[in-house]
Amino acid sequence: MNFEHEMLVGFAKSYGLFYLLALSLLVLVYTYWPSNKKPFDRAARSIIDDEDRPWE
Amino acid sequence: MVGQLTVNERKLAFLILILIAVVGLAMAITGADKLFVVHGLIIFLSALGTIFLVISGYFLPPPDIENAKHYYDDPTRAGIIIAMVWAVFAMFIGDWVAWLLAFPEMTFDAAWASFGRLRPVHTTGIIFGFGGNALIATSFHVVQRTSRARMPDNLSPWVVIFGYNLFCLLAVSGYFIGITQSKEYAEPEWYADIWLVIIWVTYFILYLRVLARRKEPHIYVANWYYMAFILVVAILHIVNNLAIPISLMHAKSYSAFSGVQDAMTQWWYGHNAVAFFLTAGFLGMLYYFLPKQAGRPIYSYRMSIVGFWGITFFYMWAGSHHLHYTALPTWVQTLGMTFSAMLLIPSWIAAGNALMTLNGAWHKVRDDATLRFMMVAAVFYGLSTFEGSFMAIRPVNALSHYTDWTIGHVHAGALGWVALITFGAIYALVPWLWKQKRMYSPKLVEVHFWLALSGTLIYVFSMWNSGIIQGLMWRTYNESGTLAYSFVQSMVEMHPYYIARAIGGLFFLIGAIVGCYNIWMTVRSARMLAGAPEFETPDLGIASAQEIKAGEQA
Ligand code: HEM
Ligand code: HEM
Repeated sequence: MNFEHEMLVGFAKSYGLFYLLALSLLVLVYTYWPSNKKPFDRAARSIIDDEDRPWE
Repeated sequence: MVGQLTVNERKLAFLILILIAVVGLAMAITGADKLFVVHGLIIFLSALGTIFLVISGYFLPPPDIENAKHYYDDPTRAGIIIAMVWAVFAMFIGDWVAWLLAFPEMTFDAAWASFGRLRPVHTTGIIFGFGGNALIATSFHVVQRTSRARMPDNLSPWVVIFGYNLFCLLAVSGYFIGITQSKEYAEPEWYADIWLVIIWVTYFILYLRVLARRKEPHIYVANWYYMAFILVVAILHIVNNLAIPISLMHAKSYSAFSGVQDAMTQWWYGHNAVAFFLTAGFLGMLYYFLPKQAGRPIYSYRMSIVGFWGITFFYMWAGSHHLHYTALPTWVQTLGMTFSAMLLIPSWIAAGNALMTLNGAWHKVRDDATLRFMMVAAVFYGLSTFEGSFMAIRPVNALSHYTDWTIGHVHAGALGWVALITFGAIYALVPWLWKQKRMYSPKLVEVHFWLALSGTLIYVFSMWNSGIIQGLMWRTYNESGTLAYSFVQSMVEMHPYYIARAIGGLFFLIGAIVGCYNIWMTVRSARMLAGAPEFETPDLGIASAQEIKAGEQA
């Protein structure tokens, strides 16, 4: 049991840190990728004038 | 309602309900304890009542094929009304509990009216009954609109609404008669839990099916929040409720976890219930209804994405701040504390994004109480997350834990954020769905707004005061090194604050009742208009869109 506990702690303290750092980086790169700006702006506007029926 | 189902769906509905009725009947007949029998009967009768409903519409002509060209909004309409009914019921109980804390003798010596039973009726009724139905209803609306696609079938949304409310009914009726597994916000017993898993998976699959049918390639950010809500709640619910019933004929079960693992699992669940039930889903609501009502796109779409990942990944690790100074290893407590502090960033990104969206449209906020509901909700969201991050710091928690400060924090979030954003969304949605230009009475929306805001402020300020006094009294020592005050002395000190809180809660409750009346009258006038022969509705829901001026948004 103790061994498992130590292992888990070690894993959480090392791997956990790096995977969260990597994830944050990925998210930031994705959101700030220049060519993504256009679709994002379009998406933001798209809800303002969503029509009253589904598209065919 | 049944008229909207195709003939095959009517048959399927009938079959499903028969199956539920049989299970209910079997529980009632074989049940080894009285409580289990009562729940069997509730399941049986709910299914039976709905069977009659299906039969009454069974031979109606099949629905118009034209329907496929419209969104399917009946389940949303039903969900909104059910949510409001739960709101009034659970807030009534909440206020009752509040008076009970001021006047503990008000239990009339009846077990069902004791604090320990009424309190979970309040929390379950308000979070799951009111909040859950509002989330389900608005998510149906949002996912169809943003995907520009209709529901894939007409039955699944009804299964979700019926099944979910049956779960809520089992939960709440269970507390009154004494069924609980004593895990906060997860009190219902094993059979109700299994039932919720079935319903929740149906809900998740339905959501994915709508998305799969989408005509709009980009999935609007509100959907991500709603999906995180559905998916994570499923995971939390399943893991925290792992238990072994003492038999298949008893209501009672024992948790798969024990000791500190049990505590950690419970608060991993508990805090993520706050995160994904009371936050992520309602952020989905915010990101759709606020820009829509303001007629302006969200200030920064990018920030909404960064905030999304921040919230989903940080919250997962914050639960241990509920277990400071316990047998939980210190490093786990510190981890929870650190992540709680980090959580302030994505939380304030969301609150700031909402407020920046309104920057330049303050005249609308001034004139439109619906938008003001949403604006104030964003402010309270910012406030309660700041407070939460602060309370998660271990030495601060030493003062706040066990006191009314926690209750003040809860209701700053629950009244100020969750309830206000929901009322805002409902006031926006009701006129759109019932094809009216506006609510029956904008004045009453205004009245509701001020009742809700003053009620929240009275509630929260009285709890902050009483919480801090309580915390300080409990840690004041005299010269001989013993406690200066007895526990009873601290309770006497609380009395005036408890009365103030109950009055604030009463304001909030009256506001919700005013809201119900207003919604009811709006629906009624829509019905009366629909009765008139040449009723043609213009598409009013998008009226606000025309008001965006070029250059208002970069
Ligand atoms: C009319 C308005 C309301 C009143 C009068 C009220 C009153 C109360 C009272 C008296 C308690 C027990 C406090 C204690 O044990 O010391 C409580 C607990 C709670 N209420 Fe409310 N409430 C109201 C609205 C709401 C709403 C709208 C929500 C959620 C959306 C909510 C969520 C909760 C939760 C989660 C708890 C448990 C807190 C904890 O265990 O720390 N309440 N409420
Ligand atoms: C950054 C965000 C937040 C953080 C870090 C946070 C942190 C905390 C902390 C430290 C406690 C006290 C735990 C204890 O001493 O037992 C607490 C309790 C609570 N918070 Fe928050 N909070 C946040 C946001 C919210 C929001 C937005 C809501 C509601 C809508 C909310 C609802 C609750 C509830 C219901 C409890 C009481 C749990 C219980 O003991 O029954 N929190 N929170």
